[in-house]
Amino acid sequence: MADVLAFVEQREGQIGGGAREVVSVAAQLASEIGGSASALVLGGPGLTSAAEGLSTAGATSVAVAEHEALSEYNPEAYLPVVINHLRSGNFKALMFSASSLGKDLAPRVAAALDVPLGSDVTGMEVQDGVPLFTRPVYSGKAFTKFSIDVDPVIVTIRPNVFPVGDYDSKIQVSKFIPDVDPETWCVRVIERKGVAEGAVDVSEAAVVVSGGRGLKDPANWGVLEELRDVIGPDTALGASRAVVDAGWRPHAEQVGQTGKTVAPKLYIAVGISGAVQHLAGMRTSQTIVAVNRDPDAPIFSMADYGIVGDLFEVLPRMTEAIKALKSED
Amino acid sequence: MNVSVCIKRVPDTEAHIRIDQTGTDIDNGGIKYIISPYDEFAIEAGLRVKEKMEGGEVSLLTVGTNEAQETLRNGLAMGADKATLLRADSYMDGLGTAKALAVELKDSDAQLILFGVKAAGSDQQQVGPMVATLLGISCVTEVSSFEFGDGVVTCHREIEGGIEVVEADLPAVLTITKGEYEPRYASLKGIMAAKRKPLEEREADFSQPGIHIERLSEPTTRGSGCILEDSPDAVAELVRLLREEANAL
Repeated sequence: MADVLAFVEQREGQIGGGAREVVSVAAQLASEIGGSASALVLGGPGLTSAAEGLSTAGATSVAVAEHEALSEYNPEAYLPVVINHLRSGNFKALMFSASSLGKDLAPRVAAALDVPLGSDVTGMEVQDGVPLFTRPVYSGKAFTKFSIDVDPVIVTIRPNVFPVGDYDSKIQVSKFIPDVDPETWCVRVIERKGVAEGAVDVSEAAVVVSGGRGLKDPANWGVLEELRDVIGPDTALGASRAVVDAGWRPHAEQVGQTGKTVAPKLYIAVGISGAVQHLAGMRTSQTIVAVNRDPDAPIFSMADYGIVGDLFEVLPRMTEAIKALKSED
Repeated sequence: MNVSVCIKRVPDTEAHIRIDQTGTDIDNGGIKYIISPYDEFAIEAGLRVKEKMEGGEVSLLTVGTNEAQETLRNGLAMGADKATLLRADSYMDGLGTAKALAVELKDSDAQLILFGVKAAGSDQQQVGPMVATLLGISCVTEVSSFEFGDGVVTCHREIEGGIEVVEADLPAVLTITKGEYEPRYASLKGIMAAKRKPLEEREADFSQPGIHIERLSEPTTRGSGCILEDSPDAVAELVRLLREEANAL
């Protein structure tokens, strides 16, 4: 019998959807191998109630490492706490979200334990107690199915791909105060800026509204912002490489090769023709909508739904229709 | 200041990817190989350090087959001073690659070890921080710009929803995103000079991979989508389908 450990990320004491997805994947694997799913949360004081909420995602126990110096992520601080906790139990596998934090921390944990890491997993099946994972390679132009022959099996899970379960289980919360000595850190966070209240990053949003050259001018982004606003709070703006290179939009919004890879539930590509590099960054989205005046634009070959037409006419209509739909809810 | 830049030879990002007969690798026929685009940002960042500090060398390092010599020459043509190929003819996972690089870098006098944020191809985004952990030195990932202070490097990271400023003790591993490092083109002079620059070659320290590739497959093609000509009815229909069929709104 072995358990599965989910590393749970908190930001300002809140636990987001990506972390809950990881707990649910851990719970799925644990049930297949006859163990239970356990979560580990690191942060400042006062995390207990947020941690208890992980029961509905499938965790039967959660360890909360509380220390002022852990409230914000620093790899030097987090690495030893994760390693020590992992060694304290009998864990077959360890899972992280493939967020910025997960992608920074998981390779360090793996190297410290001398085990490999499977990054950015989008699928899992279990055969005879052995997890087989799927992940996109070559920018989503192929998928590789792999197993890891060494324990603990460590993977990062791509956000928005796996569902959060709906469990009705009891959760055991254990709190501990780890030894943390900032004096020994060789990396120090000096400042964080631009993390606007309620802002959703394009790589984590449930819905992405992306704009390209077809918008003709950076002053025209209002039509995208209006659509974003009616869809809901978990919606972010994205951009094609062309408009980022032109300086119309910040690099943080760029979707595709050399930008971010996204897999939202809904991706709306507006005035984007669909260069290979762009498709690479969004092809694992669940539902893809394209709006473009060119019926031969490559983006339509990737789209589940599309409108061929002038985006400046289509978008305001779409915004109104969604607003009407939401007002009926 | 000496800088090492670790790079990887990858299929051109425009290439059409086909699976070979073994079902676990890609068919190399007709595929052009390039330096991973992210690694070009890292080379550019390394060259700028050399130009700013007026001294030191930029060394390139890769793990790969003999064909990776060409990749290293391309990097030398951009302006790097020397290159080393750690030859490995069979599959190595990220940890294996990191170990081979760490063995080579252990006795290096480089104060800065740069990687692209990830390799276009395997897209694992893991070898840089693994190398740093194996060497026991600082590491900052997803760096969009950096500058030096007294024994430290101050890095800007583009992370979810904002920018983080992180200070790391030297020596340090940084993984570089595009940020301000638009890579330069190799000049004709650079290409000629690259042919005479030192390129060493030795066997990579090999460790058995712990990741077992069961199968490589092409993505399931999306069924032909529902594409409508624009009209007020079409938009209403689209929104209805998004709600009722796709369950996306």
